[in-house]
Amino acid sequence: MSVRRLHPEQPASFAFNRENLAWAKAQIKKFPEGKQASAIIPLMWRAQEQHEGWLSEPAIRYIADMLGVPYIRALEVATFYTMFQLAPVGKVAHIQVCGTTPCMLRGSDEIIKVCKKRIAETPHTLSADGNFSWEEVECLGACVNAPMVQVFKDTYEDLTVESFEKVLDEFAAGRVPAPGPQNGRKSSEPLGGATVLLNGGGAIVVQSPVKSPAKAAAKKPAAKKPAKPSGKAK
Amino acid sequence: MPTLKIDGKEIEVPEGITLLQACEMAGAEVPRFCFHERLSIAGNCRMCLVEWVGAPKLQASCAISVNDLRPNRDGSPAEVRTNSPQVKKAREGVMEFLLINHPLDCPICDQGGECDLQDQAMAYGVDTSRFAENKRSVEDKHIGPLVNTVMTRCIHCTRCIRFTTEVAGVPDLGATGRGEDMEVTTYLESALGSELQGNVIDLCPVGALTSKPYAFQARPWELNRTESVDVMDAVGCNIRVDTRGREVQRVMPRLNEQVNEEWISDKSRFIWDGLRSQRLDQPYVKKGAKLKPASWQDAFAAIAEKVGATTGKKMAAIAGDLASAEEMFALKDLMDRLNVASIDCRQDGTALDPKHGRATYLFNATIEGIEEADAILLIGTNPRREAAVLNARIRKRWLASGLPIAAIGGVADQNTDLTYDFDYLGAGPDTLQEVASGKHSFAKVLKKARNPIIIVGQGALARPDGKAILTLAARAASECGVVVQGWNGFSVLHTAAARVAGLDLGLVPGAGGRDVAGIVSAAKKGDIDVVFLLGADEINGDALGDAFVVYIGSHGDRGAHRADVILPGAAYTEKSGTYVNTEGRVQMANRAAFPPGDAREDWAILRALSDVLGHKLPYDNLGRLRDAMYQAAPHLAAIDAIEVVDGGDIDKLALVTAAPKKAPFVSPVEDFYMTNPIARASNVMAQCSALAKERGKGTGTDG
Repeated sequence: MSVRRLHPEQPASFAFNRENLAWAKAQIKKFPEGKQASAIIPLMWRAQEQHEGWLSEPAIRYIADMLGVPYIRALEVATFYTMFQLAPVGKVAHIQVCGTTPCMLRGSDEIIKVCKKRIAETPHTLSADGNFSWEEVECLGACVNAPMVQVFKDTYEDLTVESFEKVLDEFAAGRVPAPGPQNGRKSSEPLGGATVLLNGGGAIVVQSPVKSPAKAAAKKPAAKKPAKPSGKAK
Repeated sequence: MPTLKIDGKEIEVPEGITLLQACEMAGAEVPRFCFHERLSIAGNCRMCLVEWVGAPKLQASCAISVNDLRPNRDGSPAEVRTNSPQVKKAREGVMEFLLINHPLDCPICDQGGECDLQDQAMAYGVDTSRFAENKRSVEDKHIGPLVNTVMTRCIHCTRCIRFTTEVAGVPDLGATGRGEDMEVTTYLESALGSELQGNVIDLCPVGALTSKPYAFQARPWELNRTESVDVMDAVGCNIRVDTRGREVQRVMPRLNEQVNEEWISDKSRFIWDGLRSQRLDQPYVKKGAKLKPASWQDAFAAIAEKVGATTGKKMAAIAGDLASAEEMFALKDLMDRLNVASIDCRQDGTALDPKHGRATYLFNATIEGIEEADAILLIGTNPRREAAVLNARIRKRWLASGLPIAAIGGVADQNTDLTYDFDYLGAGPDTLQEVASGKHSFAKVLKKARNPIIIVGQGALARPDGKAILTLAARAASECGVVVQGWNGFSVLHTAAARVAGLDLGLVPGAGGRDVAGIVSAAKKGDIDVVFLLGADEINGDALGDAFVVYIGSHGDRGAHRADVILPGAAYTEKSGTYVNTEGRVQMANRAAFPPGDAREDWAILRALSDVLGHKLPYDNLGRLRDAMYQAAPHLAAIDAIEVVDGGDIDKLALVTAAPKKAPFVSPVEDFYMTNPIARASNVMAQCSALAKERGKGTGTDG
């Protein structure tokens, strides 16, 4: 965390586009009369999405006016939550590198070094072409796939310096790389296939092609149940 | 009532108070920064930790209600300790954390000597620091011409934010960022828009918010403190005037639950630089077209010559808005002796008249009574501009109960920010007539209410048809049950500190006498030869024609510019005087400093003048004058009290026929910061006024 200030260069004005305005009005309606101010976070988030990924000063006023709250109250919210970007971010990708302990132990420092090298020396700074920016964030909840980065709504996990560079290359080339683990595994399954419950586990084992004795499985009433979730670790 | 055992002492405490207050009642001292009796509870400074025996951790006593301290299993009362070793250690710990980022700049800090953090660090802290890292540094914020900020000193108690949001009702201040990086600021550092903003200086427990005009002027221990009364409006806020040598260095509020609680408006607080400029410090006599300095003897001789050449019928006297009861009494006494019937204290031409009874010109509901009100009708008044502290009381009641408030005129429209919601019923007398006849829907609201209040402002009364409006207002009060047994909600809101005392002392035209408008027009026509102005600066002096004008007052303002003889008087901080506030409360202002140069206290000037005029007033000192005044108006002797008045006078007044005109009611206070000669001489007030105009909002100057 550091002091969060509004960016010195701000657009002249802000207004929701038609689609977002309708959406915002529907959001506001969800709250009882007199409590409309509670819609401030979703509205700010939508404003950020509409405006190139960052929240401008006119947008803060626009939303405050929309909800009938004093400007300073809206500014309090915007500066409190670090997910609101107060300065312009990369047009193609704003890389949020998780630097919390599990990711750090798995090498997030190296990922940050790549960011410094390829994007900008300091966080929240646009790259020379204006397409990239990066920042270090707190835990994004994918510790099993550490280290990882988040780009807008997608996460790229199980990164190494090489695979992260590849992700950046894809973005730079104008494509959107496939999100998820970048080392070939599926979500947080073990790398290289299952290591436990390979056989003898009865019907529980789904991945393994080994068939369990049909008779024994059919007679057990609990046999069906556990079959479902084991395939989806996440 | 819950029973608690605090530091071994068993006491019963009222329901619903906080544990901190209970500890204070038990005689224990609990240090605190964020807690304040008149603000919501924040619980963020952690200084007030106490031990609740049995609870696993120490409790923030400001944020726990005594109702939640259930008795022990054996039925014995909950035990609380404020002096255990654990509590002492916790306080030291909290203090150490607070001081981590607090600069050690007490020697250059204006709060030094009256700083909560300084005091509590001495009492509850440790003598060394273990913090070797860099301290946090915060950029200062520019939040207007009154409040100076040194934000590195801020300890994030949020008192200022809560005050502006809750009491002042102008949510300008907020906290951006979070954690260590939290900063108290306004939106993009715009200036604060409240006319009560000076109070955040008192509330700030450290030196983060200090007074800008007072910056580096004095240390608190160098100042002489004089308890006095404010005269900027008719509320009569209790103040403390701090002086060093001859100069007033600052004005602070004094606690009075019945009047101002512990707030004062910015005009009351920052007016003091106006006491230094534009002062009249010696007599002047007009020679040719120019005022020339003169001796007291010459000035008196010039007056005696003119007075001797005319008769009582061709003389007149007008008392100003800041005059104390004593000098008005002396003025009236002198005029009586000169057979002058044309005397008036109502510069604005208000229709109030003592002949209708005292109840017809007082704020009968009382300021404290607002907190019992359950419906309020404002007639021709913008209380935010006319009586800012009283307005805060209305807001307090509105926040607590959400009572219905309505306005007829006085404000521009529904969108005027009075800091509370109200219904704008209409602009003028027509709407009032509807309410008075009971037909209007708000009349039903008033009738249903137990403690309704009708506040009548000078915007409704100070106009040619003021008498008719006063009658209509009285009729509305009568019709809607505003004046009943045990409750009198008919409340006249004055704007001048001197007015009620003037009416009490009968400074209104006698038989055959003229009122202010009559005096001015007669002087223009040449029917009046000599006019005495006792600090009367709100009338158009140029309209006085060729009359010989004697001005007694403290500032070279409108009255002095027109004067033929100026007799320099004392400002309200320079004399001992009685003031009666809008509710009829008699209060005493005390002398904090001496008048500059040859200036004298106004009553003494009148006494000396009377001698020269051959009608010597029979009192040689203030005590004797007061004796005579108390003979004439006995209720003035009861300081800090309100004499009970007869509500029947209002019903009687309601029976008079009234034929009002159509013009809408307009608040008499156009510019909150420029209502009297002292304010007009103040540089700080000029800045505030310019800022408010530029904004066109915020101070109520918009409507």
